[in-house]
Amino acid sequence: MSGILMRASNVTAVYAAATGQDVPAVDNVTVEVPEGKILGLAGESGCGKTTLGNALAMIANPPLYVVAGKMEIDDHEIDLSTLARNSNEVHRGYRGATVSLLPQGAMNAISPTLRIRDLVVDVMRAHDRNTTKADALDRATDRLKMLEMPVRVLDQYAHQLSGGMKQRMVTVISTLLNPALLIADEPTSALDVSSQKALIEMLLAMVEKRIMRGVIFITHDLPVLSMVTDRLAIMYAGKIVEAGPTEELVNNARHPYTSALLSSVLDPTEETRTKHVLGIPGSPPNLGNPPTGCRFHPRCAFAMPECSLKEPQFLHERDHSVACWWANDHAFETVPMEVNEA
Amino acid sequence: MRDSTDSGVPVLAASHVTKQFRVAGGHLTAVDDVSVEFHAGKVLAVVGESGSGKSTLARMLLRLMPVTSGTITYQGKDVTHIRGGELRSYWRDVQAVFQDPFASFNQFFTIGHTLRRGMRAEKLEGDTLDALIETCLGYVGLKPGDAVHKYPHQLSGGQRQRVMIARALMMNPKVLLADEATSMLDASLRVSALNVMQDLRDNLGLTVLFITHDIGQACYFADEVVVMEHGLIVERGTTDEVIFTPKHDYTKRLLSDVPDLKGSLKVRKD
Repeated sequence: MSGILMRASNVTAVYAAATGQDVPAVDNVTVEVPEGKILGLAGESGCGKTTLGNALAMIANPPLYVVAGKMEIDDHEIDLSTLARNSNEVHRGYRGATVSLLPQGAMNAISPTLRIRDLVVDVMRAHDRNTTKADALDRATDRLKMLEMPVRVLDQYAHQLSGGMKQRMVTVISTLLNPALLIADEPTSALDVSSQKALIEMLLAMVEKRIMRGVIFITHDLPVLSMVTDRLAIMYAGKIVEAGPTEELVNNARHPYTSALLSSVLDPTEETRTKHVLGIPGSPPNLGNPPTGCRFHPRCAFAMPECSLKEPQFLHERDHSVACWWANDHAFETVPMEVNEA
Repeated sequence: MRDSTDSGVPVLAASHVTKQFRVAGGHLTAVDDVSVEFHAGKVLAVVGESGSGKSTLARMLLRLMPVTSGTITYQGKDVTHIRGGELRSYWRDVQAVFQDPFASFNQFFTIGHTLRRGMRAEKLEGDTLDALIETCLGYVGLKPGDAVHKYPHQLSGGQRQRVMIARALMMNPKVLLADEATSMLDASLRVSALNVMQDLRDNLGLTVLFITHDIGQACYFADEVVVMEHGLIVERGTTDEVIFTPKHDYTKRLLSDVPDLKGSLKVRKD
């Protein structure tokens, strides 16, 4: 684990459907976060990003069940399966303190009848009942000063804060216990561009100041990820299909799905003004009955006969991994972006 | 670059429109003396940060919210205070699609039921109604079999938003107001929804008011852009003018804050 903060191996999480069938939303996924780095997790809606985040944060609740997977973090090995969690109280200590989750819409979870400082005290006491109010507020005050944020926010109610400030406050509060890993699920999606930038700058400062030692940043917004992350993992239909350093992956996409996602990004540039992007044809598959072979093959412009027959294994090229038959046949070649445009 | 010139009479216009909300200790001016015109077959994007007054302006144009002062005209006629049958007729012509498509459906009814229910006032039924549903779903790239017998939760986010656009088109509107209609969608679905609206503009001559905080989307398919800050219009012009040669400091700041795919990498490395 030298240089690796967290490695989660072979994580499989299923939703128990009313029909009695288990739908695997995350299927045998392995992911790692290097020490002091930010990993971006991207993909279309419904690809399993949030489910993977919940599994790693050990908050899977029915109908979601983690059926397999282990996580190595801070020299500990944790069995992520829901069954193990229920029989092993060790997870309670890890949640929030070792791995902290900033869920989607977290900023809307601040009680409208409490001041921010009351939330700070509640969070600190949930982990250590002996924490005094003064200790909790001192820590929050120091943290806000460290991040050059206004301390007066502690005395305010949620409705007195802008959306951007609320999101920054829940981020600060969720990391007061100095977790090793922060999992931030769509933290910027509800924010406008200025608030997004402020949050991203704060997250980068937090990693630099070692408030947390690694971050998994989940979003479908690739420009945000290119700004904030060191590495990217692209998910499709419950599986990771490509992973690598952010710059390498953005400039040299090896999987047709990554290429199609990148083509769909609309930057305010002259190129965007003249191009006509096609988007990815079709819809993501039904995970209860996914396509055989490569799960992306029914929507892929580069699909070959073997794609529907056999699941591609990961091909490792330097620091860049890709699971694709086309990439297997075209070593180190970037997927041509032109197929995604009219 | 796309041609953005248009010499026609505006389909919809707001003239010196102001909206004030009463708050503790006084008034909050959400929209301040705004004048804006929408020309037939054009896409006008209104961009700005949260709280800049974009959605309030849209709600006043839709007549969902009364103006504090100012006038709204539709096809040259003052519609600021119309009521009853006149207002219902206006709502047929000016349709809206909102941010959260899930919130726009009743989860206990099928999509088909929702689409048919909306047409009850038009006294359309049977084969005529089914044919209309098929045509409008066709505009957004769906077949009746894809959606009509399904419940909202059985559709993807992109499909739900496309059904909402189809529902709006069933009234054969002249103007479509899309208030952050694509902001909950991922990049691929977003492009699909924008392409649908672009096709409707090109093929049906639909006028679109597109409200967004994402300047990249405005750049992709708007003909003109209006920039709002604190309830005021601070800059307006063709998309090329506003995005590539912005004059107002606020527009410049907004553009500099947009994370772009390759530019961000450079910033990070430096």
